[in-house]
Amino acid sequence: MIINLRVWRQPNAQTPGKMVAYRVEDVSEDMSFLDMLDLLNEDLTVRGEEPVAFDSDCREGICGMCGVVINGSAHGRASSHGNVPTTTCQLHMRSFADGATIDVEPWRAGGFPVIKDLVVDRSAFDRIIQAGGFISINAGSAPEAHSVPVPKMQADRAFDAATCIGCGACVAACPNGSAMLFTSAKITHLAMLPQGQPERYLRIKNMVGQHDAEGFGGCTNIGECADVCPKQIPLDAISQLNRDLIKSLFKADGKTA
Amino acid sequence: MAVTGIILIVFLLMHMVGNLKMFVGADSFNHYAEWLKGMTEDGGIAYPILPQGTFIWLFRLVLLACIVAHMVSAWQLTVRDRAARGGTNYVVTKRRAQTYSARTMRWGGVILAGFLVFHLLQFTVKAITTGFKASDDPYTMFVKSFSGPMSFMVVVYAIWLVSVCMHVRHAVWSSLTTLGLNTSERARGVLNALAMAVAVLLFLGFIAAPLACALGWIH
Repeated sequence: MIINLRVWRQPNAQTPGKMVAYRVEDVSEDMSFLDMLDLLNEDLTVRGEEPVAFDSDCREGICGMCGVVINGSAHGRASSHGNVPTTTCQLHMRSFADGATIDVEPWRAGGFPVIKDLVVDRSAFDRIIQAGGFISINAGSAPEAHSVPVPKMQADRAFDAATCIGCGACVAACPNGSAMLFTSAKITHLAMLPQGQPERYLRIKNMVGQHDAEGFGGCTNIGECADVCPKQIPLDAISQLNRDLIKSLFKADGKTA
Repeated sequence: MAVTGIILIVFLLMHMVGNLKMFVGADSFNHYAEWLKGMTEDGGIAYPILPQGTFIWLFRLVLLACIVAHMVSAWQLTVRDRAARGGTNYVVTKRRAQTYSARTMRWGGVILAGFLVFHLLQFTVKAITTGFKASDDPYTMFVKSFSGPMSFMVVVYAIWLVSVCMHVRHAVWSSLTTLGLNTSERARGVLNALAMAVAVLLFLGFIAAPLACALGWIH
């Protein structure tokens, strides 16, 4: 199949970017979207042009490295699989018609400055996790799993939230440039488990504080984030975050004596 | 945003119930209006806890404080969110999940606040009289404002109510979610249904009396 691309080209953060049109031929419908971009880059390299920079790693939908806005939707949409949200690497070209024109843009948000072309700096997410997205334990041999019972429903909710791969699609899709879904996924994951309790209210203060310090916006419960999330983190994670945040205001955690 | 918004929605529900007294009759409606202002023989609302006629001013003060706090936080949130979008817009954007109500919260809020100023000038300050004299009793004022040559006001108010109720539709869901009530997929459905129900109830409850005036059922 033949694909007509309009790709955001931007040499670096300081230089303004623009959409550039490319024609990619001999695309197989079994290729992933990233394979198709590889094909374009091979062609560009042969022609002596600068290849399109984009992030990718595992290419099996579990690492969170890839991600571009395709036709106005973060990660595009796999129409060949019931229109479910997916990662860009798991989006296959059979989701597009032969001869289709596809717009490809980087994640756009104040917290995600463009590094080059389709690559953005998502280290803000790392700093949010560093602010509290962990539990402090003594390293050593793992304790007997049955010694700490976890109710099934809570374990399921924790696991569902823990599937967040930190790709940043939620921020890219949010009209407010908010990273609430990402932050709340980690909050919910650890808040549901016994191991997360000792630092629960300190964690939320620090993580939300870091989220705001990174320049992400405030949530207005629009719901675009959950709609594009490849791991289908539900909106109720954000409500869990708000619930814990309100409770934390009545706790001394994080206050110096 | 959430707390002040909820207070204002509760006020709207109360105001709506008050307006429906138009269907009970002139005495009922006028008594209610005077009771709120502490002008009835029994001293009115909250008397004798508060001196006569004090409650209404306290009430207005609280509402005004809510509106101001609501607008200030809306402004701060908007400024912050605009900055968080990073200044570069998408060339192509697809709206996937957002409702029209959610998208128009900001400008919708500004527009309905403009209507509110008109509404207060009309019925509270009585600087804009729509077919009534400032000395008329509340019931007469209401009837004259929406009947005869002033029947078109029903349309004006219907437009305002649509803007208010759309705001309320996203507001009920969003405020309760912000306060942590969206605990599951099922809760999400319940909150959205509640939001829709409150919005529709407010629209019907508020438009009923003016419409009845215009149609001559109340006169």
